[in-house]
Amino acid sequence: MEVLVEYFPAIVAGFWTTIGLGALVIAAGLSFGMVLAFLRAHRVKPISALVVIFVDIFRAIPPLVLMVLFYFALPMIGLEMSGFVSAWLCLSLVLAAFAEEIYWAGITSVPKGQWEAARSTGLSHVTTLVFVIIPQAVRMTIPPLTNRTITITKNTALASVVAVEEMLNVAQTAQAYSANTSPLTLAALGYLLIFFPLTLFTRWVERRYAWKR
Amino acid sequence: MESSLDVLIYNFFNLEILKSSLPFLWRGFKMTLLLTVIAVPLGIFAGLLVATTCSFGKRWVNFWLMLYVDFFRAIPPIVLLIIVYYGAPMLGADMPVLAAVALSFTFNTSAYYGEIFRAGIESIPRGQMEAARSTGLTRLQATVYVIIPQATRNVLPDLVSNTVEVVKFTSIASVVALPELLRMARVVQGLTFNPTPLVAAALIYLLLLWPVVRLLSRLEHGLAAKR
Repeated sequence: MEVLVEYFPAIVAGFWTTIGLGALVIAAGLSFGMVLAFLRAHRVKPISALVVIFVDIFRAIPPLVLMVLFYFALPMIGLEMSGFVSAWLCLSLVLAAFAEEIYWAGITSVPKGQWEAARSTGLSHVTTLVFVIIPQAVRMTIPPLTNRTITITKNTALASVVAVEEMLNVAQTAQAYSANTSPLTLAALGYLLIFFPLTLFTRWVERRYAWKR
Repeated sequence: MESSLDVLIYNFFNLEILKSSLPFLWRGFKMTLLLTVIAVPLGIFAGLLVATTCSFGKRWVNFWLMLYVDFFRAIPPIVLLIIVYYGAPMLGADMPVLAAVALSFTFNTSAYYGEIFRAGIESIPRGQMEAARSTGLTRLQATVYVIIPQATRNVLPDLVSNTVEVVKFTSIASVVALPELLRMARVVQGLTFNPTPLVAAALIYLLLLWPVVRLLSRLEHGLAAKR
């Protein structure tokens, strides 16, 4: 109990770092994924191939490996970055890769006739995409997207490995100093506080949008 | 330009260091495979257990199952691992690293596999169960021989995708010093002051999982096309 009282403020600070990092990852990852899907939607072969290669790479390499690579290896070629930046960059790229796949699946799920019909009314390629295709695709993509976003945002805990003072890191330090696991328990509660409502939210979203599958 | 390329090659694709680090990476790779071979079947089995029990539709049982699933989906796997690893000895349960890793991975993966199988089972029309029961199969037999095979086929892409995730997150075991691929790469990197082993480890993961990710893309888009 004393241990808890002593380290409570530090863990709360870590809690906010976790939330901040998570929010930045979501913002950057989802929007960059959108950009990639846009690029791919033009169906220019070399561009699509590059997008696919990017997506495959960031889907196949574990985020922790990427983080360690960015944080410990890139400084050797002069690209120095803080733990926070490398964690943010890695998770954003990973989220972007997964998000692109989901957006793309959504876009391709809209029948071709929709494209043709929209184009025949004189809309441009981009206008068609934005006003006709995407609104229909969104419905398909929301459940997998929320799921995936939460899974990847949970990985902010990995940032403790590259010395970001987020919740897990702070709790581990406290645990080491106090030789007591209570700080870890507190951190676990903190994660539950963030992610339990989100998990329930995905359940709700899945039910709400469940009309296929 | 020339010199910066040299720096890049020296640091990231240093053949000499790569050569000396290969035995370590190989050991790490085998440990990663071992972890996968432990975590995937355990997770699938526990997940099936959760989903099957859930399909029997007992209200209060399902409440606890959902709580189990959501709890372990809400806790980041690395947090779970650290709590099991450091917490268990404090409770007097001394366990080897591998057991701590296996235990926490099973909790995590069973929650995810459980959700996937549940969705699969729910996608099977009621008539299947009724028809199977009417031929004299018990409820359990009907589930095992009739429902689960069809459910598995329906959620195959999700199962493969989750399995890729499991292989990827075995890298988390490096945090508790289990000598798997990432851990070994970091050890060699520390000894040689050269990040080539890290690059090599990333490439090994890529080589291992790229074919699966490709297959997965095919599966997902194949299904989307069929709809």
